Amino acid sequence: METLEKNKVYPETSFKSGIWNKEINVRDFIQNNYEPYTGDSSFLSGPTTATVQLWNECLDLFEKERAKGGVLDMDTEIVSTITSHGAGYIDKSLEQVVGLQTDAPLKRSMQPFGGIRMAEGACSSYGYTIDSNISDIFRKYRKTHNQGVFDAYTPEMRKARHAAILTGLPDAYGRGRIIGDYRRIALYGIDRLIEDKLEQHASIDGDMTSDKIQLKEEIADQISALKDMIELGKIYGFDISKPARNAKEAIQWLYFGYLSAVKEQNGAAMSIGRTSTFLDIYIERDLKEGILTEAQAQELIDHFIMKLRLVKFARTPEYNELFSGDPTWVTESIGGMGVDGRTLVTKNSFRYLHTLENLGPAPEPNMTVLWSKRLPHNFKQYAAHISIKTSAIQYENDDIMRVIHGDDYAVACCVSSMVVGKEMQFFGARANLAKCLLYAINGGVDERLKEQVGPKYRPITSEYLDYNEVMEKYDDMMEWLAGLYVNTLNVIHYMHDKYCYEKAQMALHDRDVKRYFATGIAGLSVVADSLSAIKYAKVKTIRDENGIVVDYKVEGDFPKYGNNDDRVDEIAVNLVHTFMNKIRKHYTYRNSIPTMSILTITSNVVYGKKTGNTPDGRKQGIPLAPGANPMHGRDENGAVASLASVAKLPFRDAQDGISNTFSIIPNALGKDEVFMGDLNISLDQGCCAGNCEDFVFISKNSDN
Amino acid sequence: MAKLLGNIHSIETCGTVDGPGIRFVVFMQGCPMRCLYCHNPDSWSLDKNKTMTVDEILKKYDGVKEFCKGGITVSGGEPLLQIDFLTQLFEKADELGIHTALDTSGIMFKPNNTQKIDLLLEHTKLVLLDIKHIDNDEHIKLTGHSNINILKFAKYLDSKNIPVWIRHVVVPTITDNKVYLEQLGKFLSELKNIQALDILPYHNMAITKYEKLEIDYQLKNIPPLSKSEAIEARNVILSKVKFAEK
Repeated sequence: METLEKNKVYPETSFKSGIWNKEINVRDFIQNNYEPYTGDSSFLSGPTTATVQLWNECLDLFEKERAKGGVLDMDTEIVSTITSHGAGYIDKSLEQVVGLQTDAPLKRSMQPFGGIRMAEGACSSYGYTIDSNISDIFRKYRKTHNQGVFDAYTPEMRKARHAAILTGLPDAYGRGRIIGDYRRIALYGIDRLIEDKLEQHASIDGDMTSDKIQLKEEIADQISALKDMIELGKIYGFDISKPARNAKEAIQWLYFGYLSAVKEQNGAAMSIGRTSTFLDIYIERDLKEGILTEAQAQELIDHFIMKLRLVKFARTPEYNELFSGDPTWVTESIGGMGVDGRTLVTKNSFRYLHTLENLGPAPEPNMTVLWSKRLPHNFKQYAAHISIKTSAIQYENDDIMRVIHGDDYAVACCVSSMVVGKEMQFFGARANLAKCLLYAINGGVDERLKEQVGPKYRPITSEYLDYNEVMEKYDDMMEWLAGLYVNTLNVIHYMHDKYCYEKAQMALHDRDVKRYFATGIAGLSVVADSLSAIKYAKVKTIRDENGIVVDYKVEGDFPKYGNNDDRVDEIAVNLVHTFMNKIRKHYTYRNSIPTMSILTITSNVVYGKKTGNTPDGRKQGIPLAPGANPMHGRDENGAVASLASVAKLPFRDAQDGISNTFSIIPNALGKDEVFMGDLNISLDQGCCAGNCEDFVFISKNSDN
Repeated sequence: MAKLLGNIHSIETCGTVDGPGIRFVVFMQGCPMRCLYCHNPDSWSLDKNKTMTVDEILKKYDGVKEFCKGGITVSGGEPLLQIDFLTQLFEKADELGIHTALDTSGIMFKPNNTQKIDLLLEHTKLVLLDIKHIDNDEHIKLTGHSNINILKFAKYLDSKNIPVWIRHVVVPTITDNKVYLEQLGKFLSELKNIQALDILPYHNMAITKYEKLEIDYQLKNIPPLSKSEAIEARNVILSKVKFAEK
């Protein structure tokens, strides 16, 4: 008996055992049990009748939502928690995967922990009013994240925020960008996870420093979240305290974890992780045992994806303006290569992409292919095919990210990579480097507000800008900005942890997570071009009656970022490196690891409105280029030269991601089969499919 | 050999329609043809635009060669106007193992004087030959020039066994005509070096360019060719080619 007990693996399954039976280790489970798939897409099934019918009902709901001005219904009475609502269905008889954020589809939940004013504003802008008792509670008795932040902001931080040299800060809304390892629920069942968390809780002992007190309290919160998840399962008639026994349960269990997260958090990006290959293991087993058909497997995935498409949050019009719509960033990372050289592409990677055919294209969930040169050719072809058909796939470079994160990372939001369940990040929005350059020229006076926002350094007084003088002053101003920026974020994340802690998501993480402190910059190409203009052409200042430089006249031509010209590309590279090093000088909350992103995708439009005329000749109000893009129309040598400029930016200094929004009309990507038809040569010489692997090398965002 | 300067209209580093693969496309300035539907009227003038040496072009290519694996295509304008420069460029590119493609109208071909073109073709891996119209009278109306030497050029390339992709713009009322399309198919059926037939449906997106340049756009009343019409046109041409093959 004793030997039997000793060898007993937990959980008991027919899967191949490994370290994962002894510790919480989803990656080990995957590595031991998944089957790489190198075949083509011919095995895929179309939508079932139930799928078509259910999706049509969803489309009706979306239509009603649009007709009502963007919001179908809002909850004004119940504060959303994991267990706050009874069961909700789209059409119970058809749904293979169940669970909604509230008791009805597209009814937006109320989430005041980030800030009661934001929650009230979100409701009132659509004609709803939050129950006055709830407003009272969150104004009088239960402090919010937003209140906490403003209690601790310094006057300088408030000013920088107001002037928009720091922009989009998550100080009034949920920071998001945390990915729970939702797979753990399917693999282990909640009971086992609670057991693990209790052990972690007990492990925090001895001298109780504030760090340890904080962690111990958080783990207690995580345990209560896990218990709530069991309740959530019960509300829908499932017992998720035990491991999932088949594919259908695995998807359902995993989804309950994600559902808990979105019931609790209205985060700026609520990504789902890297689930397709994990789930493939269950599907493969069921297929082999003959208890599931391919059509049923696809139906499960279709219904799961449908649920992810229904995720919605209550947000204000200002928020939607910043992010161009109300994106949820349900990013799912698909494919990639394993560190042992096997591909992580499985049949289920195809099934996920296939939902874009079965249900039609949609921006959410944000299907992200982790692209490697070594991905199976058939998968590359299928992804290219779906891209051409739907424009709804994002690509990211697995060959770069795998080196840093291994082979079980996922992307949060659009480019932020993190190891699932082991790493998280503190989302830090952006510092506007273009405005910082204007502050350097004007001695900290804001060019729009005409107020002293930055430090009162000596302004530039000459008529023509001198490169060395500008660079010296710019360096000083960046030094100031980096310090202020990091400290502002320290305040924000301290308060978010305190008043709006992501207990459901963090319950699906290890005890000691690696935290990234994700700063970001906006305006890179504007600054690079401005400095290039100052260096290689002549830039004359135009001042207002108070001597503040309000405009610039560029005399002569200068190299522009986006043409693979080292003279200016080097300026951009140095900027990224310099600013990142200035960030690195400062203490970051919870000793997190500072990173930086260059990744505005939509908010660059709003930032442009708030940034005055710049020395590159850009006028106030003209959008900054998104992310690391060259300024619109300045790349004169085609896409590859433009991308080559972007590719020079150092990933080690911008580890949180570099984005390059790249739109191209389909015809420019090669001709379709009809027009590239040959009399006797093979097709793939001439059309896109054979070559598009050359294309994807940083991040291509479809920007839907 | 003296370092020649090329008169360059522009460079496209992500060319996907001018030869196999993703290509580095050099558009040369200057063209003797005045095709009514030309979508690059800004490349007609022989005035100097931007000059570059062969080395400068190859250096630029070197910076993006990881992505432009297809090779280099020279287009225009009419690149054969600068044949000496072109020969230097292709010779060097060929030495470096870079695939070379020439996108031309063939208008400069002189059947009695092939010395220069022979030299160039030694280093040319592919010719994209644009046949504007198969009927000589119509060709003159459309482009201002006869097509006699162009068709001879096609045959000349065949005799030298140089791979050719034929390009043909199908324009409603001008070339979208069964008789002409069949005639073209028949002509092509006699050639053995044709590797691809690239049917380009006529579009009028260049109108704004003409307005800017203050040139009268004469095809204002002609609608763009639809995709299905283009497929149909292609089938008509191919029917004659395939028939001939039997």
